Amino acid sequence: MADLALRPARGAARRTRVVTSTCVLVAVALAVLLVPPLAQLDQQAVDLAAKLRPPSPAHPFGTDDVGRDLLLRCVYGLRVSLLVGVVAALTATVIGTAVGALAAAFGGWTDRVVMRLVDTFSSIPHLLLGIFIVAMFRPGVWPVIVSVALTHWLSTARIVRSEVLSLRSRPFIDAAISGGASRGRVIVRHLLPGVLPQAGLAAVLMVPHAMWHESALSFLGLGLPTHQASLGNLVQSARGSLLAGDWWPTLFPGLFLIIPTLALAGLAGAWRERINPRRRSELML
Amino acid sequence: MLELNRVTAGYDRRDPVVRDVSLAVAPGESVGLLGPSGCGKSTLARVAALLHRPDAGSVVLAGAPVKGWRYRAPQEQRTAVGVVFQQPRLSADPRLSLRELIAQPLRSTGRRHEVAVRVAELAREVGLTGELLDRRPHAVSDGQLQRACLARALVLRPGLLICDEMTAMLDASTTAALVSVVEAYRAESGAALLAVGHDRVLLERWCDRTVRWEELDGTREPAEAVGARG
Repeated sequence: MADLALRPARGAARRTRVVTSTCVLVAVALAVLLVPPLAQLDQQAVDLAAKLRPPSPAHPFGTDDVGRDLLLRCVYGLRVSLLVGVVAALTATVIGTAVGALAAAFGGWTDRVVMRLVDTFSSIPHLLLGIFIVAMFRPGVWPVIVSVALTHWLSTARIVRSEVLSLRSRPFIDAAISGGASRGRVIVRHLLPGVLPQAGLAAVLMVPHAMWHESALSFLGLGLPTHQASLGNLVQSARGSLLAGDWWPTLFPGLFLIIPTLALAGLAGAWRERINPRRRSELML
Repeated sequence: MLELNRVTAGYDRRDPVVRDVSLAVAPGESVGLLGPSGCGKSTLARVAALLHRPDAGSVVLAGAPVKGWRYRAPQEQRTAVGVVFQQPRLSADPRLSLRELIAQPLRSTGRRHEVAVRVAELAREVGLTGELLDRRPHAVSDGQLQRACLARALVLRPGLLICDEMTAMLDASTTAALVSVVEAYRAESGAALLAVGHDRVLLERWCDRTVRWEELDGTREPAEAVGARG
């Protein structure tokens, strides 16, 4: 009975979370998609007379150390960082899921060879490998994406592999085989949908990680060029002024990084419950 | 219909669960296999359903020797056996509605056009209403889910049905309902049945003949088998 009483509340809490997260993400999407073409303002307009101004009606987020408007810089930065984060995380997840699922579904030698390959890649620090990859190209958005994607599929491959290994010994896979399903059909219809929540969650959690890698590479001068606003670049260039007590150039890009990420994670959690429902009796344990 | 000849199977070659067991089920016959839990009868059922490759011995299904197990078995051979497992919870993909659960074998074998008719027909036979068919496994009871699993096992009209402790998790009325569904199907189709379980009363009433596990296990004396494994 306690469970029955709790269910509507849990449903409502989940709805609130989904609605809030969706609103935040819609706002973020609108901001990064609409502000640049509509605002017609130059985010790179330097105004040395107005440098490091605290937030004011003219500059709601204040200005940076060369007098650029931080609100505009943040929106442009979020745009670039999200692009890098989302594309790199998605690519890494697709690679990791494919590798992990195939290794586990085939098992035996395939599994052993593939997983030793994963171990070999894992033994190289991924920032180092990332630097090696970006260093081969001119600085820009795409080398950063490629570098982050190629160094971050390993953990997803491991997660997906262990998940598929546990799924493939379940009786419902036996039932599918007995019903005439081919190996391909079992992978596509039963195993991959079963690991999607984990893979999706891994992808979402990798977005901020990818954004941080972008900033690390930018800091080393190998990532995005410094004139190009990205949240990583903004936080990096604000470090000096933070020590002087100017908090706004650090705080606002930081919030721009944290809030969309939390919203994404909130949606991912609700998605997991939707796609992989646990029984009420399990939830009560 | 089914011949298991001197089958040895298990999960560790050095310590097989099933040793040197032979069992035959004639076409149309129903055989009950009785044994205590943990004795290996489920493993034997999995071998018979082509889901577990034995370490030694041979299996003949509908007159044809079995050469491959799991994905390596030809589709017609695999689908000639319908299987109902003990735990409906684990044998149902949690993401599929009961309707899709029952329809899966038809989709796997390229008989999509039959889905609507066959699912409705079987749902009526096993006693699932339309509203239940749209629910997913977590939203139905064990009994309702096992009805759907039985429907799934019957949807391709197998010549042999293997029920591995099908009713162990269920109450008496659901047990009776499921047994009568199986019997109605067998009466109409002439299919054979291998029912595995530890409920002697049920199996003796249900099946043409029952076999005790100890009688099959060639390596042990009956008394020792009961003492060691019971």
